Amino acid sequence: MSAPFTDAVSIGEAVRTGATTAEQVTKEFLSRAQKSNASLNAFHEIFESEAMEAARAVDAKVKAGKNPGPLAGVPMAVKDNLATKVGRTTCSSKMLEHYRSPFTATCVERLQAAGAVVIGKTNMDEFAMGSSTEHCAWGPVKNPWDTTRVPGGSSGGSAVAAAAGLCGFSLGSDTGGSIRQPASLCGCVGFKPTYGRVSRYGLVAFGSSLDQVGPFTRSVRDAALTYQVMAGLDDCDSTTADLAVEDPMKDLENPIAGLRVGVPKQYLSDANDAEVNECVNDALQRLQKLGATLVEVDLPLTDIGISTYYVIAPAEASGNLARFDGIRYGHRAALKTGESLDTLYSRSRAEGFGPEVQRRIMLGTYVLSSGYYDAYYGRALRVRRLIKAEFDNAFAKCDVIAGPASPSPAFKFGGMNDPLKMYLCDVYTVNTNIAGLPAISLPIGFAKDGARSLPIGLHLQAPAFADAKLLRAARMVEKLFPDLVRQAPDFS
Amino acid sequence: MTEKHTLSIEETAHVAKLARLEIAPAKLEQYRSELANVLGHVAKLKSINVDGIEPLTSPVDSTNRLAADQPGATLSLQELFINAPAVEGRFIAVPKVLAEENS
Repeated sequence: MSAPFTDAVSIGEAVRTGATTAEQVTKEFLSRAQKSNASLNAFHEIFESEAMEAARAVDAKVKAGKNPGPLAGVPMAVKDNLATKVGRTTCSSKMLEHYRSPFTATCVERLQAAGAVVIGKTNMDEFAMGSSTEHCAWGPVKNPWDTTRVPGGSSGGSAVAAAAGLCGFSLGSDTGGSIRQPASLCGCVGFKPTYGRVSRYGLVAFGSSLDQVGPFTRSVRDAALTYQVMAGLDDCDSTTADLAVEDPMKDLENPIAGLRVGVPKQYLSDANDAEVNECVNDALQRLQKLGATLVEVDLPLTDIGISTYYVIAPAEASGNLARFDGIRYGHRAALKTGESLDTLYSRSRAEGFGPEVQRRIMLGTYVLSSGYYDAYYGRALRVRRLIKAEFDNAFAKCDVIAGPASPSPAFKFGGMNDPLKMYLCDVYTVNTNIAGLPAISLPIGFAKDGARSLPIGLHLQAPAFADAKLLRAARMVEKLFPDLVRQAPDFS
Repeated sequence: MTEKHTLSIEETAHVAKLARLEIAPAKLEQYRSELANVLGHVAKLKSINVDGIEPLTSPVDSTNRLAADQPGATLSLQELFINAPAVEGRFIAVPKVLAEENS
């Protein structure tokens, strides 16, 4: 296996034992990231000198016999809605084109303390609103398997960076599937931990009751390790759970005896691409041969998730994005003589935000406005409780729930030009966030488009705070597909 | 399944005003039709019986944690002002808030 396609755990080991140096590894990944950007556009900024400096500091620790951490010298890419002191934090929006964060997000700081080296910030759908990374002020990100297709979104740049070997691992955020869907479309592992497990301090807020940070990796053990480093209480985020984090590495290699896999009939719908259903069925059958029990579960509220999500998420977004008013930071529009402060707000926002963000702010404003609040927002929150209860009932019968992460493999650019059509792609991922559950997508096969292969992912969901168990189940699936090459074809 | 949702141009303009978004009149119709489409779809929520169901605002039962009332490290004005569009001395400058008389 060539160096870029080893996983983060291997890189960390090689650096710690002196088989290679952090400097050498960082140089190699920086070079791949830079070379790829003309064709893939995964990165908005690449931090060459800062990354090399951080790598040398790791090497100095190794030389001095100090513990450089489990992720010693592992290059990481960070979604551009996570605050970093280095470079800018733009959320791929003109609104924050020049924004420099005075602090670094807790999750990034914890990974840096474990030895990881930030090599750049990745492109995304503006303010994490989208499922294709086409709504990015710095141009669309391309899928490394077929550059005429989208990488998924909103964390498209981070998914591509991990899948194409442009970093050791990357960070994304997931409000309705923004880690799992792009991981599925790009052929890497994407893990969204339980809501409240990873600090959101330094994550630019979109839907505060839905947002969660998680990793994109090339192995399940990398997802477990990076999660372990990030997870836990943070005084700066009062929604982080005050519960001990179960060690996800301890039993990762031990298969769960008698694993019960819930299969909702709603997930293998005829509306999915046939190849998606074939791959998911194949993975389920292999799990069964391994000794797992397939349990039929019923999740009749699956479809209503989209309606629930596209009320709650825009409602929360319209509030969270009210802070962008052109006064203290962000884009400020020019005023003509005599124009009011109110015009300054409205014009700054109209110039700074792209069309999808404006659409969602208006949608959120509408469902929260007088006369509509109860009919839309209030009702969606009640349905939310029902969706959570439906999962609770299902998990009484099974350990994990399996299905596709996306109804189709990567689609062509412009293929979902109607906003509603794009929203409907999120059908298998939004309910996870509505209920606050942990979930993961990992590659299980490919769809064929002529000579092209398009990755397909298996989506596994688990009860809240069963993150370690979910990762163990994912590791069992990963072992079933040993030949699955995660290397993306030559995209340059 | 999706029902038709009526939303007028005037309502769309009103929502844009509430959201503090200066939308050009030429662009209003597109926003109107896209919003009407999405609202028509989310109207499916009406088909779910929610009688006696309490709203769920957060997936986890979180209690408000209070920090100890002790001053900690804070950011300097200089650090914060690097992002301000206009600064005058110790202040962020904004356009005149009160309208001038006779204007």
